[in-house]
Amino acid sequence: MDLKEKLISSFLAFENSTATDTNIHQIRSESFQLFEQHGFPSKKEEDWKYTSIREVLKPDYRIFSSTESDINLNEVKKYFIHEIDTYKLIFVNGIYNSLLSTTTHDGVDICVMSSAFTKPKYKMVVDFYFNKIINKNQHFANLNTSFATEGAFINIPKNVVVSKPIEIIYFNTGTDAELMLQPRNLVVVGENSHVQIMERHQSLKENTVLTNAVTEIFAHKRAIVDFYKIQNDLDTASLIDNTFVSQQKESIVSVNTFSFGGKFIRNNLEFYQEDERITSNLNGFSIIGKEQLAANYTLVHHKQPNCESHELYKGIYADQSTGVFNGKIIVDRDAQKTNAFQQNNSMLIDDNASINSKPQLEIFADDVRCSHGCTIGQLDDKAIFYLRSRGIPEKEAKALMLYAFGNDVLEKIKIPELKTRITKIIAMKLKVDLSLEL
Amino acid sequence: MLSIKNLHAGLENKEILRGIDLEIKAGEIHAIMGPNGSGKSTLSSVIAGNETYEVTQGEILFENESIMGFSPEERAHKGVFLSFQYPIEIPGVTVTNFIKTAINETRKSKGLEDMPAKDLLKLIREKAALLEIDRNFLSRSLNEGFSGGEKKRNEIFQMAMLEPKLAILDETDSGLDIDALKIVANGVNKLKNENNAVLVITHYQRLLDYIVPDFVHVLHNGKIVKSGGKELAFELEEKGYDWLK
Repeated sequence: MDLKEKLISSFLAFENSTATDTNIHQIRSESFQLFEQHGFPSKKEEDWKYTSIREVLKPDYRIFSSTESDINLNEVKKYFIHEIDTYKLIFVNGIYNSLLSTTTHDGVDICVMSSAFTKPKYKMVVDFYFNKIINKNQHFANLNTSFATEGAFINIPKNVVVSKPIEIIYFNTGTDAELMLQPRNLVVVGENSHVQIMERHQSLKENTVLTNAVTEIFAHKRAIVDFYKIQNDLDTASLIDNTFVSQQKESIVSVNTFSFGGKFIRNNLEFYQEDERITSNLNGFSIIGKEQLAANYTLVHHKQPNCESHELYKGIYADQSTGVFNGKIIVDRDAQKTNAFQQNNSMLIDDNASINSKPQLEIFADDVRCSHGCTIGQLDDKAIFYLRSRGIPEKEAKALMLYAFGNDVLEKIKIPELKTRITKIIAMKLKVDLSLEL
Repeated sequence: MLSIKNLHAGLENKEILRGIDLEIKAGEIHAIMGPNGSGKSTLSSVIAGNETYEVTQGEILFENESIMGFSPEERAHKGVFLSFQYPIEIPGVTVTNFIKTAINETRKSKGLEDMPAKDLLKLIREKAALLEIDRNFLSRSLNEGFSGGEKKRNEIFQMAMLEPKLAILDETDSGLDIDALKIVANGVNKLKNENNAVLVITHYQRLLDYIVPDFVHVLHNGKIVKSGGKELAFELEEKGYDWLK
């Protein structure tokens, strides 16, 4: 039985176990119909040409975890940003772990989708937002919706600055040899409100796991949302992340994606600007090696006048790794005075590493500023010699230059403790002790 | 301290240095002058261990030990310092952090512990004062957005911090206005003592008004064609290089 067939039979069993008279049921069924019809994307599709998923789909995944696995705090503590106080939404093998989590309903709702789906007080929010900005052409997003049961539910009313950042971590304990996880997040941020969110998928053991995640973010008038994706999983983990952002007037949403670990990472990130004077920031920094793949497919859809988008993606590719950047920008006819910037810089540090970089601009307005730039380079020998001449060994010198290369993306991180953490991950990734007080 | 014998070096079959002989003793200041393309920068790079250049003949001894097989960092650890004509920008790494890394790597090579932060800060303050460097400057990213003069001053600051035995100043005067030139030269003079040596590489005589050499060598077409005292620099300034060809 291939994965698609398996998903079909699992879906039937899954749907039988849930209430069928709800809107959610309707949405799941429709999404599954789409998935059934179109299946998984093939390499023939332009958007999947450079990220073949054949290998990723091969294992005999369990669609739901077989066990409710317990983990203790000591085992996973190192994955938390413990230098600061945070709200925590922790999931283990797809199941919410209340012991490790810190939720709140005090003025804001920082809790889980399973309760949002079932509790009457959230019905309005769920009916209004759930699955409303999903791109129906995204095969994996439709699949996620079909099985959507659990994930982070963040609902911030207007005029609230959420006092501390929110950490969402999905752990996989390895009790299932081959497991598929499909977490689903919904983030609604009211007028004038501000929230910072960090999301991470982490395997604790080397089992084969495929995470197909969806996050929907709604930013109302003048809302500010900073979202950080920390992708540093084990070599046995693959991730397909689908994030959709809908923005209202004068809102500022930033999504920062850091891809270091994992076998296969595919990020589909889509921004929809629904009103005027909106700012969208998309930043990414990848450092991969071995046979890893990290792909960033982005879309910014400018629909209204006087909006901005700033896109900066950098990548360092070693060994036989592959990077992909595909940045699509659509500027509608009405979206006059749009400012759209896009930049993709890559560094290939081994002969067998590769990067496919593709800007895709579709501009239908005439009074706009759109620019895109793409560079692919190697480490500068002169720079390395400079550092070595000061007594810094070759390996450290190279690491320092690579760190410097990605520095402008790191500068976008507004949580200092997270910046420190990511710098440490980078040092580990570059196999040096960057003992700098960076 | 430095002894270069019949040094031939070049890039991909193109010979640039065609038999250099040079002796520098502790306590001396030497200047190498010469027109563009004479091989000045190649010579400084080869002494510092730049692997881009291939040495085909000859030998370089530093403190009576051949350093031909040594990497640039090993030469640095032994006390060779090269001040660059075009220093590299490193965004995200502050001047302070960079110098800390350089000092501690050198100490590590000698089996020493990292320098305690307190001592390091004291040293930084002392050397920054010597070169009239503002404190804000030290927390800026290394060379990023620095003016030509700031870059050069930062090079000499690093030299002051690392206290090399042999300092090679490659075109340190280029891009400096007269005030900056005086500060840089003053710094070099203060750091100079009987145990270390300086090799100044320059196109113009200007810098040598402030860093007064004991010996001047003229490099032309990859060879030292004339050596003399400081008066040779004045002669070159007056007559140009043509009369030596």
